[in-house]
Amino acid sequence: MTDKPDAVVVAGVGMMPVGEHWEVSLRHLALEAMSAAQTDSGGLRPQALYVANMLAPALSGQSHLGALLADFAGMQGVEASTIEASGASGGVAVRHATLALASGAIEAALILGIEKVTDKASSEVQAALATGSDSEYEAVQGVTPSAQAALLMQRYLYEHEAPSDSLAGFSLTAHQNAVTNPNAMFRRAIKPEQYAKAPVVSEPLNTFDVAPLADGAAALILARASTLPNGSDHPQVEIVGSATSTSALAVHDRPDPLILTAAAHSSREAMMQAELSPEDIQLFELHDSFSIFGALSLEAAGFAERGAGWKLAQNGDISLTGKIPISTFGGSKARGDPGAATGIYQLAEATLQLQNRANENQVPDAAIAMTQCLGGSGATASTHILRRRY
Amino acid sequence: MHWRLKQQRYALVGEVCPHCTYRIFPPRDICPDCGEDARDIYKFSGRGKVYSHTTVHQAPAGHSENAPYPVAIVRLEEGPLVTAQLTDLGEEQVEIGTPVEMVTRKLGADGDRGMLVYGYKFRPVLAER
Repeated sequence: MTDKPDAVVVAGVGMMPVGEHWEVSLRHLALEAMSAAQTDSGGLRPQALYVANMLAPALSGQSHLGALLADFAGMQGVEASTIEASGASGGVAVRHATLALASGAIEAALILGIEKVTDKASSEVQAALATGSDSEYEAVQGVTPSAQAALLMQRYLYEHEAPSDSLAGFSLTAHQNAVTNPNAMFRRAIKPEQYAKAPVVSEPLNTFDVAPLADGAAALILARASTLPNGSDHPQVEIVGSATSTSALAVHDRPDPLILTAAAHSSREAMMQAELSPEDIQLFELHDSFSIFGALSLEAAGFAERGAGWKLAQNGDISLTGKIPISTFGGSKARGDPGAATGIYQLAEATLQLQNRANENQVPDAAIAMTQCLGGSGATASTHILRRRY
Repeated sequence: MHWRLKQQRYALVGEVCPHCTYRIFPPRDICPDCGEDARDIYKFSGRGKVYSHTTVHQAPAGHSENAPYPVAIVRLEEGPLVTAQLTDLGEEQVEIGTPVEMVTRKLGADGDRGMLVYGYKFRPVLAER
């Protein structure tokens, strides 16, 4: 997947602001993102629709989103289905689309990430989220994704003898970047003192260690470069690395819970396909649903040694002007956490960066970006590497 | 569902791999260490140490009545890790490394109005016990 005429490129992106969209139904929210991506692509008509979603069956009583949304968007007859891998659904859906395009079977695909969480009470949302963990040995004990993140963070701080505020930088950076993103859910910068005094969610997690789960919809149009008309408005962004990997689902079944092997494996795989190494990556949209995953993801991808990821957050390496910018539009922490749609937002934002459309959030001269979304506290990881073609 | 797991929930019954002697909990029939068939029954002692711990405040449906409740990942003395609620803490401050032992307790309900589910929890080992 390098400089071949049938390279898979991002032809259009569309994102709805992540937030509490009380007035908008799941299908209407989805349609807005899909239409925005199609418009951005110059009106491309896809031959396939991939829907990334994890909570609609439990929280909206709606499964079978492929048929529902293909029809609702006026794409009658198009092949469509849902891809579900918990929080990694978005990246995994893009992986499937990339394979279909690279095979030559289709010329253009629409990948939609959609999540609607605001129609149900918190205890039902937590129970639905817990179905992404091991139902018989984790969820049955009343453990939630927050509790799992807390258990990992507690162990991380203990094993690495890291200070209690060592992960503050993830939240501080995310919020700082969101100040200039008009579509972000939270747009105020936060200070270290606020992190230190934040209410505890599940010790040692505080409110700033947890991204706000809310409604979101984002879409990408991917196409084979040879099928696109010449002279597009924007630089072409190619997917040069695409890999999904899995590890033990239950945190306790992992040989070392503090190593996200799925993230490590998929990062390595994607970099090998792209013939790149960590030093070449200019920005990393990682999965920051919880700050601990920020640290563990940086370590898994090879940007830091095991136990040293928190130092990149402390010393500013992850800021927009740092060595490895993350959460460039605010990440899940400040832009908002759209559940299974996360991977689509990450790819859309990375595309804007490489097309020089990031406005005040622009990483200077960004030409190579990496995105990675995680499912079930890291049991699935889907990594993509994008490169600007010209 | 829950009735299929009563050996695991009430007695910590797992497996031992006949090829590499790795102790496996929960049972999974393929040894995660050497990849061979592993179906020999092994009953764990129930003793272990806290590997990590936290408290759940925002509980999922079925557990809301019990919130807040402590949960932990426990390193069983035979090697495997398990996730479980902690119980009978009293004045005890749980720390990583605290020795614990398995007991059988009510875990919660299957959904907000579902049937009650029982299983293992862990309590600190006290000197007198």
